[in-house]
Amino acid sequence: MESTKNYFFSDMGVMLGRSMRHVFRSMDTIITVCITPIAMMLLFVYVFGGAIQTDTDNYVNYLLPGILLIAIASGIAYTAYRLFMDKQRGIIERFHSMPISRSTVLWGHVLTSIVSNAISLVVIILVALIMGFRSSAGVMSWLAVAGILILFTLALTWIAALAGLSAKTVEGASAFSYPLIFLPFISSAFVPTDSMPTVVRVFAENQPVTPIVEALRALLAGQPVGHDIWVALAWCLGIWIVAYLFAMRAFKR
Amino acid sequence: MGTAIEVKGLRKSFKGTEVLKSVDFEVKRGQIFTLLGSNGAGKTTIVKILTTLLKQDGGTAAVNGFDVASKPDQVRKSISLTGQFAAVDEILTGRENLIMIAKLRHLANPRQVADSLLMRFGLTDAADRKPSTYSGGMRRRLDIALSLVGNPPIIFLDEPTTGLDPEARIEVWKIVQELANGGTTIFLTTQYLEEAEQLADRIAILHEGRIIAGGTLEELKKLFPPAEVEYVEKQPTLEEIFLAIVGTKGEK
Repeated sequence: MESTKNYFFSDMGVMLGRSMRHVFRSMDTIITVCITPIAMMLLFVYVFGGAIQTDTDNYVNYLLPGILLIAIASGIAYTAYRLFMDKQRGIIERFHSMPISRSTVLWGHVLTSIVSNAISLVVIILVALIMGFRSSAGVMSWLAVAGILILFTLALTWIAALAGLSAKTVEGASAFSYPLIFLPFISSAFVPTDSMPTVVRVFAENQPVTPIVEALRALLAGQPVGHDIWVALAWCLGIWIVAYLFAMRAFKR
Repeated sequence: MGTAIEVKGLRKSFKGTEVLKSVDFEVKRGQIFTLLGSNGAGKTTIVKILTTLLKQDGGTAAVNGFDVASKPDQVRKSISLTGQFAAVDEILTGRENLIMIAKLRHLANPRQVADSLLMRFGLTDAADRKPSTYSGGMRRRLDIALSLVGNPPIIFLDEPTTGLDPEARIEVWKIVQELANGGTTIFLTTQYLEEAEQLADRIAILHEGRIIAGGTLEELKKLFPPAEVEYVEKQPTLEEIFLAIVGTKGEK
């Protein structure tokens, strides 16, 4: 028991190195994960943007938080795919029959998801800067933004882990992410919720994306975040814990 | 000769279906032990229990002297598993696959271990290619090479030749024989009678959840009425023809 614990970090390093290689050797994943949100950002800013009434004069500033969440939601689908393939090909069984700490098999994928999503978010933010995104946020606010994004990635990655481990087909392993990608559209990510019909508005204002987007937007604008940040954190933590418990159950089976 | 694997009264059910009713057998060190059974007989279930991937419902199993249920970590240190499908990483190269496993086995010089296994399995030229470019036989060789990293004393091979062409199958047989000559205990499952006949020191036949017969090939043959001598013109089998034509063609 002791010896496998002592090697936790070294095993973790090997697992992380392995799946980061998977990411970098299939450039299409990073490209897809970056290009789609960037294309969406261009579309909304330069095509629809003129017709959208927000209370900010800079629509890129308004839009960016939602775009970042969409990027994460599409990025985590690859974690589900990679886990599914590992399970399918017997790699997980090979690892499990070896004297390594078992949880690193899963955590390696989770860390990879965080690192690769962070890379694509940085790229998207750089493009946004070129498109006129400006932020008055200080270091602490940027750290808070990073923290929320990481927490959101973690929460969604564990949903992905659950999907990857319990899926029966490759399609099933990634299909779960479509509703997640779609959620930001029915939130305050692209337009303020006031203009929506009551039913849609009630949904939009009470689903996790809206408080997360509002909190990120306020932090980036250097404004007080109010209670949105607590609602956002509660959602992220809640989703994470529930998804984690279910994923671990699927993993141990 | 000590005991490498000892199984007593092993039981396992899936959703109410009893797959293993009461399985008993013993494998001595350095033996090639073959578990023979038709598809769905429960061979893989036994392998999974012995390799700590699955918990039994009843009975006991000890591998290398360690109980699989209470000392799984010790068991994992003593074994390696080559599953039914070649479990190699498709994105990493052959060499990277070996280095990864060597690191996970916490060996001092992963690179050297990888190089010597590549050499031993004739994969040096293919070392820096991805397994997706390999032939079925090469993938299997890499798969078995991965299992040998760190020289575990007991190796489980679950239907190692299913889906392989005849040449690759004979290659695998040769590897298994060499391993056994080196003192490694081999636990092999197969549905091919010929494979059991070729390799096994001892054979156990798993049928309807129990071991219905076990022993050496000679002992098993004695269970049947003595052979009658008959004169039959021996036609070459298609396999023999195939191998004769293809000859000693080397692996590309």
